[in-house]
Formats: sequence, structure tokens, C-alpha cells
Amino acid sequence: MIRENLNQWDFVVAAYVVGIAGTLAMAVWAWQTMRSAEKRRDKVRGKVRDKVTRK
Amino acid sequence: MHAFANPTRFLKLASWLTPLLLVSGLVLVALSLVWGLFYVPPDRLMGETVRILFIHVPAAWLGMGGWTAIAISSLVYLVWKHPLAALAARASAVPGMVFTAICLATGSIWGRPTWGSWWVWDGRLTSMLVLLFLYAGYIALAQASARDGGSYKIPAIFGLIGAINIPIINRSVVWWNSLHQPPSITVGKSAIDLAFLVPLLIAVLGFSLLFGGVVLARMRALLADFQAEARLRRKAMEAA
Repeated sequence: MIRENLNQWDFVVAAYVVGIAGTLAMAVWAWQTMRSAEKRRDKVRGKVRDKVTRK
Repeated sequence: MHAFANPTRFLKLASWLTPLLLVSGLVLVALSLVWGLFYVPPDRLMGETVRILFIHVPAAWLGMGGWTAIAISSLVYLVWKHPLAALAARASAVPGMVFTAICLATGSIWGRPTWGSWWVWDGRLTSMLVLLFLYAGYIALAQASARDGGSYKIPAIFGLIGAINIPIINRSVVWWNSLHQPPSITVGKSAIDLAFLVPLLIAVLGFSLLFGGVVLARMRALLADFQAEARLRRKAMEAA
């Protein structure tokens, strides 16, 4: 039961901002760390392969 | 399951499954949130604040689901010693912790207009807060064991012991007096009107797909780090 004169939409908007911002930040972070880790691995593999080919 | 324990096979599958899960999850989440925000009628008792349901419930479900994934993967690791099971457990920790934090934050925001309080120390809220601390402890432990090049055994045991908290969270509203409402959805039954239930199920599905995509992305990142480190170590040994 709502007893206080609060604007309910303020709470709805705050919850959606927290939920959407948290979820999007996590998804972008996971994607970017994956891409940079895979790039680093491919770079390391490529360098090793280059040296083996040169030998 | 054993077939997917092969990293090459896993990477072949994950290369197309990761973007598919992330994009389909984002589309369903956007659809359900727009539906929940603009097309769902206000509730008789909770008024407009009922719309918080479409973020709070999936976040709670995935906070608990993340730890369930850690416990199952840890068990698989301890029994069959699959390295990918250890990666799956580690990869589930950050998204599980993020969703637990979102669940606590949105629950607190929802509690203020409906209960008149941002926080109460009852069984459901306290056990959910304990889950957040368990995630923090697990992430620290898993990072320390990976950094020291040690075995994944200790984080796996911690993951299994921490799973005791999951049924406590689930049954807390039944075992103890609580301001939090009892479960509205049980196996085969729902006390929620269809006007709320349909967008809620779409939200749960969308957030779950997104969770799956983030776990796969984390697994690929951890695997790539491991492979790069192994290659550099081998190179250094060859040079020595």
C-alpha cells in the first residue's frame, strides 16, 4: 500500500537505468576483453610462426 | 558433454554462438523492457512500480543461476578434470555477480515506495547479499589461483560449498517472516496475471540468452589468455 506521496515513475526509471546500464556495461566489457585477448593470442602465435618459417 | 571439453571444438561452436546469444538476448531484453515500461497496466496494489518486476526478477534468477553454473562446472572439474569446466565456472562469476548486484539495487529501489524502506534485514535480502559477497570471494580466489599458476581445486571446492546458499535464498520467504512476497511462480503454477507473465517470461529468456553470451565471451577470453601465456612460456623455454 502506497502511503507517501512519492512519484512512482522516479523509482521505475531509476531501476531501469541501473538494470540497463549494468547489463550493457557488462556485455560490452565481456566482448571487448574477449576480442583483445584473442588478438593478443593470434599475435603471439603469428610471431612464433614467423620465426619458425624464417628458420 | 565430453565432446565439447575439447578447446578446438568449443571455439568452433562458440565463434558463432557468442554473437548470436548476445544479439538475440539484447533484442528480447529491449522488447520486454519496452513492453513492461509502456504497455503493461499498473498493478492494483503496487501501482506503476510493478514495472520494476521485468528487471528485478530476471536479475534475481540469473544471480542464483550464475552460482548454480559455478557449482555444476566445479563438480564436473573435480570429477572429470575438464579444464573447460574450470573456465566455465570462472566465466560465470562476473555476470552472476553483476546480476546479483542489479537484483539488490533494483529491489532496494522497489522497496522504498512499496515497503517504505530501502533495506530490511530479512531472510531473502540478507541471503542475497551473502551471495554477492560469495561471488566477490570466489572471483578473488579464482584470480589468485590463476595468477599463482596453481590448481583450480580450491575455488572449485569453494564454489560447491557456496551452493548451500542457493536453496536458502529460494526457501527464505517460506522459512522466515518476510516483507518480501512468497514465490509467485512455482513449477507448473503462476499467480501472475498473463498481462505481466508474458513480458516477464520474454525478459527472463532475453536476459538468460545475454548471460549465456557473456559467459561464452568470458570463456573465450580466459582460454585465449591461457593459450597466449602457454605459447610465450614455451617460446621462452626454447630460447633458454
